Amino acid sequence: MVNWLDVCGINDLQADSGICALLERQQVAIFSILDQVYAVGNYDPIGKANVLSRGLVGDLKGQMVVASPLYKQHFNLSTGVCLEDETVKIPIYTIRIENNRVQINSFIAHT
Amino acid sequence: MNIKQTLIVIGNGMVGQHFLASLVASPVKQHYDIITFCEEPRAAYDRVHLSSFFTGTTAEELSLVEDGFFEQHGITIHLGDKAANIDRENKTVTSVKGLTISYDKLVLATGSYPFVPPVPGHDRAQCLVYRTIEDLVAMAAAAKTGKVGTVVGGGLLGLEAAKALMDLGLKTHVVEFAPRLMAVQLDDAGGAMLRRKIEDLGVTVHTGKNTSLITDGEQCINKMRFADGEELETDIVLFSAGIRPRDDIARACGLEVGVRGGIVIDDQCRTSDTSIYAIGECALWNGMIYGLVAPGYTMARTVVADLAGDAASFTGADMSTKLKLMGVDVASIGDAHAKTQGAKVYTYQNGDSEVYKRLVVSQDKKQLLGAVLVGDASDYSTLLQYCLNGIELPENPDALILPHRSDQSVRLGPDALPLSTQICSCYDVTKAAICTAIEAGCTTIGTLKSETKAATGCGGCSALLKSVMDSELTKQGFEVNTDICEHFAYTRQDLYTLVRVEQIKTFSDLLQSHGKGKGCEICKPAVANILAAQWNAHILEKDHLGLQDTNDTFLANMQKDGTYSVVPRIAGGEINPDMLIVLGQVGKKYQLYTKITGGQRVDLFGARVEQLPHIWKELIAAGFESGHAYGKSLRTVKSCVGSTWCRYGVEDSMGLAIELENRYKGLRSPHKIKFGVSGCTRECAEAQGKDVGIIATENGWNLYVCGNGGMKPRHADLFATGLDKKTLIKLIDRFLGFYIRTADRLQRTSVWMENMEGGLDYLKAVVIEDKLGLSEQLELQMQYVIDTYQCEWKTTIEDAAKLKRFRPFINSDQSDAHVIFVEERGQLRPADENERKHFKLMEIA
Ligand code: SRM
Ligand SMILES: Cc1cc2nc3c(=O)[nH]c(=O)nc-3n(C[C@H](O)[C@H](O)[C@H](O)COP(=O)(O)OP(=O)(O)OC[C@H]3O[C@@H](n4cnc5c(N)ncnc54)[C@H](O)[C@@H]3O)c2cc1C
Ligand code: SF4
Ligand code: FES
Repeated sequence: MVNWLDVCGINDLQADSGICALLERQQVAIFSILDQVYAVGNYDPIGKANVLSRGLVGDLKGQMVVASPLYKQHFNLSTGVCLEDETVKIPIYTIRIENNRVQINSFIAHT
Repeated sequence: MNIKQTLIVIGNGMVGQHFLASLVASPVKQHYDIITFCEEPRAAYDRVHLSSFFTGTTAEELSLVEDGFFEQHGITIHLGDKAANIDRENKTVTSVKGLTISYDKLVLATGSYPFVPPVPGHDRAQCLVYRTIEDLVAMAAAAKTGKVGTVVGGGLLGLEAAKALMDLGLKTHVVEFAPRLMAVQLDDAGGAMLRRKIEDLGVTVHTGKNTSLITDGEQCINKMRFADGEELETDIVLFSAGIRPRDDIARACGLEVGVRGGIVIDDQCRTSDTSIYAIGECALWNGMIYGLVAPGYTMARTVVADLAGDAASFTGADMSTKLKLMGVDVASIGDAHAKTQGAKVYTYQNGDSEVYKRLVVSQDKKQLLGAVLVGDASDYSTLLQYCLNGIELPENPDALILPHRSDQSVRLGPDALPLSTQICSCYDVTKAAICTAIEAGCTTIGTLKSETKAATGCGGCSALLKSVMDSELTKQGFEVNTDICEHFAYTRQDLYTLVRVEQIKTFSDLLQSHGKGKGCEICKPAVANILAAQWNAHILEKDHLGLQDTNDTFLANMQKDGTYSVVPRIAGGEINPDMLIVLGQVGKKYQLYTKITGGQRVDLFGARVEQLPHIWKELIAAGFESGHAYGKSLRTVKSCVGSTWCRYGVEDSMGLAIELENRYKGLRSPHKIKFGVSGCTRECAEAQGKDVGIIATENGWNLYVCGNGGMKPRHADLFATGLDKKTLIKLIDRFLGFYIRTADRLQRTSVWMENMEGGLDYLKAVVIEDKLGLSEQLELQMQYVIDTYQCEWKTTIEDAAKLKRFRPFINSDQSDAHVIFVEERGQLRPADENERKHFKLMEIA
């Protein structure tokens, strides 16, 4: 299903860092790294708080990841899988840039 | 039936304890009930490191006995009970407290006592010796009232005792009978250089002096008169004129003793009675008393082997020594005085850097017979191995002591050592044993030490152990990897140098020129921290923002529920009622949980991200500044009220604490830094538990460094004494500057210093004596950081772009519905999992 929601302008993105959007009641962390944008759930299932948008991003062994600011576990930004514990996964959203606007498909791409 | 025999050990000193530890590790232990008499009030402790007692090491820390050792191995120890006599016919030992116990085997490990020359007046008040913890306590007590201390004897121990007197803050003299210091180990030129170096440190040295009388002094308690008629006023007289074996108990029961004392032993350490052994400093082997631990330990192991029926012999020991005396490296190897027939001597003397080296080689120039090193003993391990293993010398032996040029190193690599080489003589650990341990997975110095015990005795072999480890690891294909992460093949120290020397101002420039990939949560904050320490731009500038840990990004500490805490600076813990009221008002208005921290300030918890700028606006308007609780930076300077109020205070600790906190606030460093300033030695500010500690004394400020609380507490080391404020601040500038440049990421000053080759003495050389010529740079850099200080919060609330981050959602003004508080003791706190169930929570995807 496709349900593109307008979130913000591209100037609202933080280069090499994250921001958070509220889609109805879901919190989505949005990261902009070089030319790529990623959208994942903001909730850290290990730290049990809405904090992932405030984590540091980077690459580890070729995977793009965000490190939770609470206990530093890494989550793959494309698959949502936790590198330290593969049974843990965060939701991934489809995200696109249209006419300088950031849009997210409110349906979770995969969990 | 197998009836156990009784084995008694008289003396629980260093060697006695080593014997017990070796015995319980051997299967032969099961045949014996073991009893030991210990004259001192405590079980064995480390006499070798006795002097560290004056720089903060406690009696407990000096202990050589593992917790529960005696209980666990069923050994009976009679503490504070001295063996009074031995009845060899009935095979019993009677103690001063009246015990009589039968033995089958007896081991004498009674050690030695300090020789006090029978000069008239030698038993006057404040005439002391230096051997036991009780002696040290007596010295410390005497030093409280005295101002001058004099050591009689300029040998190894005498110089160590002199260091102790200096540490106690006394004007110190050393009086030596021989014409030079360390007469046994050094030749004239080496002794003269050592003397110059020691005099530079403020000790007055008198050689060729024979004390003839000690009597009432005029300015001091005592006065010493010398044979040449000269006199010296001194409060304390500390005798360190050699040791004498404690053979009284052996003598009394008719065991054979040497003409000049010492219990005669054979190669199995048996005395003239085959049921009785003697080991350590009380034993006389081949006419020799060994005043060092390593030979004593070898004797102890020989006795264990003999009891077990294994062939073992004590065949003498090498008396080579390497020490640091008052910060001066001194080493002597083998035949230092070139007594061997036909020996050839090479000397190297460098007046500038005050280094003296002397090599003694065999007539054919093939073998190293001995060496003397003063001022630079870095060649000790190499030379010792040449000497002990009879390794053939290079064609020009003097190349070994000439300054090394990087392209023609003649150092003997650890690879050249045969597997049988003894690396640690204290614990008899061979290179083979070290290689085995490395193969079994000990790949750090720490694990190697606990596995093999190497380098846990006198410590003289640490450098060699490390080089053997490194070379073995490399050979076995282990990479000794010190890279900070996969993005930079550099240590933090390397990165700091790159940033500084190449004037790199952003992470992306550094990554492009020296790294790969995109970076991660390890290298980004580490580099952000280096950039801030060096260039001091605001950490939320566009180029730096994405590099910061969340605490730095939001200039506040994240709590478990994603909210933040607010910690304004309260320099030195001093706060006036109006400011205190503001904190109360802000806490109340924003419903923040309020607590006094362990760092003498106030923490306000539970602020939502969007509240932070509002809270800080109010705090800044009232005159508060950021407390940098979020950064790897200066935290607090803890202080006591000092002379302003306290009846004991000798200086204004409060004023100094505030000045220091304001000086270093905002400074970014490898880890957080904490200071303490106390107004007198009662130490209410716990300065000796801080990275930088300062204590007021009658003579000025005493500076301590590298203390730590937290996970692995470490008592700070005394660094410099009697400082005026200007010098104090200069030393702290340099100390912090050097730490910032060279420490690893997240390494507190304590661990940094402990891992530093050369340790405290090296640090002193760099910071106080400017050994690396860095001081000016370090001071300038510190001044730059101080001059460019800004309150990070003030700048932030004045900048709309920076404030943009402080909202929970980019597209909504709602708050995070997942943050839920409950009330406890009249304040709010985060709800726990159970309590949350009672609230209707937002759905979590
Ligand atoms: C608030 C406070 C506890 C309190 O309620 O009193 C506190 C709170 C934290 N301490 Fe602490 N420490 C506090 C005083 C101390 C002290 C006492 C002192 O400074 O005299 C120590 C021991 C002294 C020392 O550091 O040597 C201390 C040793 C630690 C350590 C262990 C450091 C170590 O070297 O072993 C950590 C962990 C770390 O830094 O890696 C730590 C880490 C923390 C963190 C940052 C843990 C975290 O990541 O959440 C806590 C967050 C602070 C916050 O949210 O504001 N805290 N912490 C104290 C704040 C003092 C201040 O005003 O800034
Ligand atoms: C300040 C200082 C620094 C030193 N530095 C070094 C160094 O750097 N390197 C080095 O190799 N060596 C050093 N030494 C020497 C080293 O400490 C000794 O070689 C070592 O302690 C000898 O051990 P021991 O067991 O023979 O004697 P001790 O350690 O003296 O132990 C003997 C014990 O037996 C007890 N005793 C004696 N008679 C009786 C009795 N009848 N009944 C019960 N108990 C009795 C004594 O009270 C004592 O506790 C230093 C010594 C001092 C004092
Ligand atoms: S350390 Fe204690 S005794 Fe000394 S001045 Fe401070 S408060 Fe007073
Ligand atoms: S030689 Fe003394 S600890 Fe190794």
